Amino acid sequence: MAGARASTHAAHGDSHSSMTTYVVGFILSLVLTALSFAAIMAGVLPKDMMMPAITVLAVIQLVVQLVFFLHLGAAPEQRNNTVVFILTTLLIAAVVGLSLWVMHNANVNMMPTQMSPAAAQMKF
Amino acid sequence: MNVRTSLDTLATVESPQVGHAAHHHAHDDGSKTLFGFWVYLMTDCLIFATLFATFGVLVDNVAGGPSGKQLFDLPYVGGETLLLLVSSFTFGLASLAMHAGDRAKVLNWLVITFVLGAGFIGMEVKEFAHLVADGAGPDRSAFLSAYFTLVGTHGLHVTAGLVWLAVMMHQTLHFGLDDVVKRRLACLSLFWHFLDLVWVCVFTVVYLRGAI
Repeated sequence: MAGARASTHAAHGDSHSSMTTYVVGFILSLVLTALSFAAIMAGVLPKDMMMPAITVLAVIQLVVQLVFFLHLGAAPEQRNNTVVFILTTLLIAAVVGLSLWVMHNANVNMMPTQMSPAAAQMKF
Repeated sequence: MNVRTSLDTLATVESPQVGHAAHHHAHDDGSKTLFGFWVYLMTDCLIFATLFATFGVLVDNVAGGPSGKQLFDLPYVGGETLLLLVSSFTFGLASLAMHAGDRAKVLNWLVITFVLGAGFIGMEVKEFAHLVADGAGPDRSAFLSAYFTLVGTHGLHVTAGLVWLAVMMHQTLHFGLDDVVKRRLACLSLFWHFLDLVWVCVFTVVYLRGAI
């Protein structure tokens, strides 16, 4: 019976979805969005805390929407999607992180307007 | 295994749309299609990842032109964000109605989702038009090229979603909630929710970070 139920849910691609799931996900997303905008617009946070605050709020909102709207999770019928997603986040982290790192170093070390050829040679 | 096989057979016998469904995908309960569509969405993630990386690299290269801080209107972006978030929720309600087999409700929620999505695109087009009119078009600086490419690609996705929504409203109306229509609606729901996820990254990385 349990197996039959799982296969029916998988067919719909929508496990554990109910009105409660969507309402909770929606309210959490609204609150997190409001907090993100408030962090920048309210002028309460010190400037150097703004970037960490909106980053953390965005990551939480992504997780909330992945779980409540896209139904990612550890249940057997969700596992395939979840594993592919985790692998993709690794690729995204590599693409974004390494691009920023490489280009930052290129900017610092090779901007011709900021460094004379002699100074560049001194680096080696 | 036996239980599952006999249940599948039962479902096939009970379904009034057998000919229609079997014609398209024999012996497929739709879960493979959904998984395949999810993998496609993950490759779409990579497109956005490269565009975000490009934007991150070029964001300070304003070439003496305006920066994000001077250009972006946060309350306006908040409005766009709200429209897209509410539309994600109303599509969720359409999915619930679909599982309940309530065709009229599905259509109602799809129409509301479409209107909200169209509102989002309308606001974005207006925003872009203002920027171009103010001399801050994609040709002004590397920062603005990256901005229009990233935000525009998301906008094109939402526009494609609107076309798909219109098609699915038509199919729901004409074919009813048969297996094929349900499978397509399930794919579209993944697509639509996914676009709201990308927008969370856009308003955080592009607009809020730009306003600091």
